[in-house]
This record gives sequence, structure tokens and C-alpha cells, in this order.
Amino acid sequence: MSRRGALSGEFFMMGDIACAEGAISAGCRFFAGYPITPATEVAERMSRRMPEVGGTYIQMEDELASMAAVLGASWGGVKAMTATSGPGFSLMMENLGLGIMTETPCVLVNVQRAGPSTGLPTLAGQGDMMQARWGTHGLYEIIALAPSSPQELFDLTIRAFNLSEKYRLPVLVMTDAEVGHMTEKVVIPPPEEIELYPRRLATVPPEEYLPFKPDEDLVPPMVNFGQGYRIHATGLTHDERGYPDTADDSAQWPLIQRLIDKIRLNKHDIIQLEEDGLEDAEVVVCSYGIAARTALWPMELARKEGIKVGLLRLITVWPFPEERVRELAGKVKAFVVPELNWGQIALEVERCAAGRAEVILVPHPGGGVHKPERVLEAIRKAARR
Amino acid sequence: MNRTEIRLSGFGGQGIIKTGYIIGEAVAIHDGKNATFTQSYGPESRGGAAAAQVVISDEPISYPHVIDPTILVVMSQGAYNKYVPDFRKDGLLIVDEDLVELDEAAEGLKTLSIPATRLAEELGRKVVANVVMLGFLTAVTGLASVEAMKKAVLSSVPKGTEELNLKAFERGYEYGQGVAGGHV
Repeated sequence: MSRRGALSGEFFMMGDIACAEGAISAGCRFFAGYPITPATEVAERMSRRMPEVGGTYIQMEDELASMAAVLGASWGGVKAMTATSGPGFSLMMENLGLGIMTETPCVLVNVQRAGPSTGLPTLAGQGDMMQARWGTHGLYEIIALAPSSPQELFDLTIRAFNLSEKYRLPVLVMTDAEVGHMTEKVVIPPPEEIELYPRRLATVPPEEYLPFKPDEDLVPPMVNFGQGYRIHATGLTHDERGYPDTADDSAQWPLIQRLIDKIRLNKHDIIQLEEDGLEDAEVVVCSYGIAARTALWPMELARKEGIKVGLLRLITVWPFPEERVRELAGKVKAFVVPELNWGQIALEVERCAAGRAEVILVPHPGGGVHKPERVLEAIRKAARR
Repeated sequence: MNRTEIRLSGFGGQGIIKTGYIIGEAVAIHDGKNATFTQSYGPESRGGAAAAQVVISDEPISYPHVIDPTILVVMSQGAYNKYVPDFRKDGLLIVDEDLVELDEAAEGLKTLSIPATRLAEELGRKVVANVVMLGFLTAVTGLASVEAMKKAVLSSVPKGTEELNLKAFERGYEYGQGVAGGHV
């Protein structure tokens, strides 16, 4: 994969731009998108940078087509990405499902704004977290990452590409308008120091190749269109040859089992958490993205009041870190879950806590961030239990 | 908490956002401290309200928003009306004196004035008023070193305008030294 034209050094950089540069450092050489606030800067940057690095930028007619073009580019052998926000994310759902079913590596960035519908275009929300999990129809596992700074938006965009190649599926970067439009120092390492997961290409000759026959880790090696192999990639339930097999559930069983298991059985590799002060915590703030970041200040204030509060920050939100939350639920009084929605990840925390620890949601409709005192009040309430 | 919050405000087209970006770059890249820069602006690219917020700290910045700034730079009457009434009484207010009329809201506030736009016009280009203001701000606050600010100006302005912008910075800086006798 060409690393020509990737930046390195220290930059004072907006989150959206850092996302685009992360993609370039990851070897992304195709971007198809439709501009939408607050994700426009990703597309704008890619429109300038793709020609510089020998890549392709296409402004599509809408988000359905954008996602479709990204899938096509990936099968053409190029790392591909798109970026959008709420309304566009909704339109991408159908082809996201096609990407999951055809096991197509690619990255979809959602710079979340407050919804529903067109909502608050310039202001942050985290209301698409469950849509990320279940937004396309049917049954599947997904990977979603949640950065909380421009630096992390850079780093996690690279990680998203790596995970998408390793497990062959679209990976979601679920950031938000706060992080996307925030400008901070971003350190971009020299290209040779950035670890990239190369596409796992088939090594067998074309006549022996079965496009959906998995390796031991349940992921099938891929070939690119035009490489001389026979491939059929379809959204219909298919057998290992890629041929539709839709008369009964005989192909559906192993296929769905594998699409789910390739993520579930590799959770330890995919899930990334930031933990702080959990050893003796009575209260755990469990959050992600901008909401986790703005919780740090009230946590500091609570500690000054003598409250033992720890942080569980979900860098990987999907798959959800069930084991860790279950384990903590047996030890702590309560979880405090600030998020810029009316309770989405809090539901997952509740499910895993299963009544063993209380879960206190700190909701926010989007359009701003949590005021420190609201999170502090929830931590105090949790500590009084 | 070791934290300085600055708000710069005016209307779109004055370079308010760019000024915030330059301060952030000077601090975060050239002075080696932490800076978080956020912006807010109206739907219009010119003429609407514009504000830039910069948080500066020796430590990592968790809360990215300006809550209670200690330095407020105002380059329009609209911004004055919006931000000065709530501005903290021990803060430093800096205004472009030709664009802002002070009233009772500024009473008791430590206020420094500079005709930044007029000085920019004297240099031949009104558009560098923000850089004149930046030079002034550097002289009277010491938010970042002069060298850091100059480097950040040079890396942020369009090619071919470096000399003009450095001149604008120097003009504002000198004016600031004259007004304040150095840092306040």
C-alpha cells in the first residue's frame, strides 16, 4: 500500500482534518461522500488530499451512493472511506448491511450532530449509538469506535481501517461535532512507525478459491475484482462459493453464526478501554467520546470531596465490553453514564449490571455538552447509595 | 486548576476564528503547552457573529469549552452587547476602539483599547486588523511568546502576505507596549 504523501510531525489540527489525515496514513486512497455539517471538513480535506496522494475523491449524488461507491472501491482493492452525519448516516444504513453481508473492509465516519431528523446541524449529539449497533436490518455484529480528541480521531481512524481489514467488515468511527470541530495538537508519527494491517489476500490458485470459506479465525481471505478469480459478492444469503442459497435456512445458519462469531470470539482483540482509578472505586463513570472527556472535571471535583470515583471510558463501544461491566457491577455501588442522548449506552450498562449495581443516566438532548455540575450531582447521588 | 480561557469576538470576515487558531497553534505547537480551540459562527460567512474560544493550560485540557473567560477581545458592537454584560469583573477587556462604543456594562472593567482596524488600514490592508490585534494581545497579556506567535502567524497566513502580516503584528505589539508598558 502506498504511503506517499502522508504527513508526519506536530500539527494544530481540527478533529475532522485529523480524521482525514488518519485515513491517509492508514493507506486510504478512495473517498466517496456527500458533504454534511459537521462532517464536511473530512470530505473537503479528502477532496484536496486524495489527488495529492494518488487517490480518488468522488462527490456522490447522495449518501446511499456514497456508501455503495465505498464498497465497490474496496472490492477494487483500495482502502476506502466515507464520512457523514445523522441524516446521511440514516441513508447509508442499507448499504452498510450490504457491506456486512459481503464482508467488505471499509470505514464509515459519523460526526454525530443532535437529531432526530435534521436537528441541530452544527451542534453535537451522541444519539446514533444504537443506530450504529442496529441501524441496518437483520442480525450482525458491528465494530464502532468513539474518539474523544482530535488526536484520538486520527489514531482511531487508522485503527478502524486495521480492524476492517482484519475482520472484513465496515468499521464505524462514531465521533461528534464537538470532537470533529475541536482544534488541538495532533502528533502524526512517521509512516514507518504506523502499524497497518494489510488486506488478507487469498493464496490459493483461482480454481481452488472459495470466496467465503473462512480461515481458522472465521474470516475468509479476500481477492480483489479483476485479479483473475471468480467471485460473486451478494447481499443474499450465500454459501462458501458466494452463490445464493435461499431455499431454506441451511446456508443462513452457518453464515450468520460466522458473521457474529468472527467478532464475538475476537472481542478481546477488538475492545479497547481506558480505565482510571477503578481499583477501589465505589462509583464508576462509564462514558465515551466527548461525554467521557467532559466528565473528567466533575470526577476530579468529586474526588476532592472524598468520593472514590473511577473511569471506564469505552474507546470501543461496539462490541460492548460486557465482561468488564459485569465484573465491575459486582464490586461497585453504581455506574454514572453521561451521554449526549436520552439513554442508549446506559441501557447496555444496565443490561450487564443486571441489578447488581445501580445505573444512573445523565442525559443530554445534544446541542452542547454536559455542565460539570450535572455530572457531579449524579456522582454524589451514586456515592450516597 | 491552571487554566486560562480567552474569548475573541466580532463578525465574520474579520479573521476572528483565524486569530483564535493562531493563538492555539502558538501555545500548543511552538510554546509546548496545551491549547484547545473551538469556534462558533453564524450561517453567513461574512457579517454574521463570530467567536473563537481558546483554553490554555500546562496540564491536559479535559473540558474544552470556555466557561468564564479572563480575557475578552471584542471587535464589534454586536459582540460587545453579547459578551460584555456577563464578563467577569476582574477580567481584561480588549476592544477595537473604532468599532466598539463602551457603555455602563464596561464600567469598572480593566479595559484596553486599540484602533486595530485603523492601524491595519494605515498599513494598506484592513484585513490584517486581526493580526494587529494579535500583536497587541501578545504585548499586553503574554499568552504566548512573541516568537511562538510570529511562527504561528507565518504558518497560518496565505503565501505572499507574510511580510504584511508580520508588519501588522509588530504594529499591534508596539502599540500594546506603549499602552500597557508591557504586560498587565
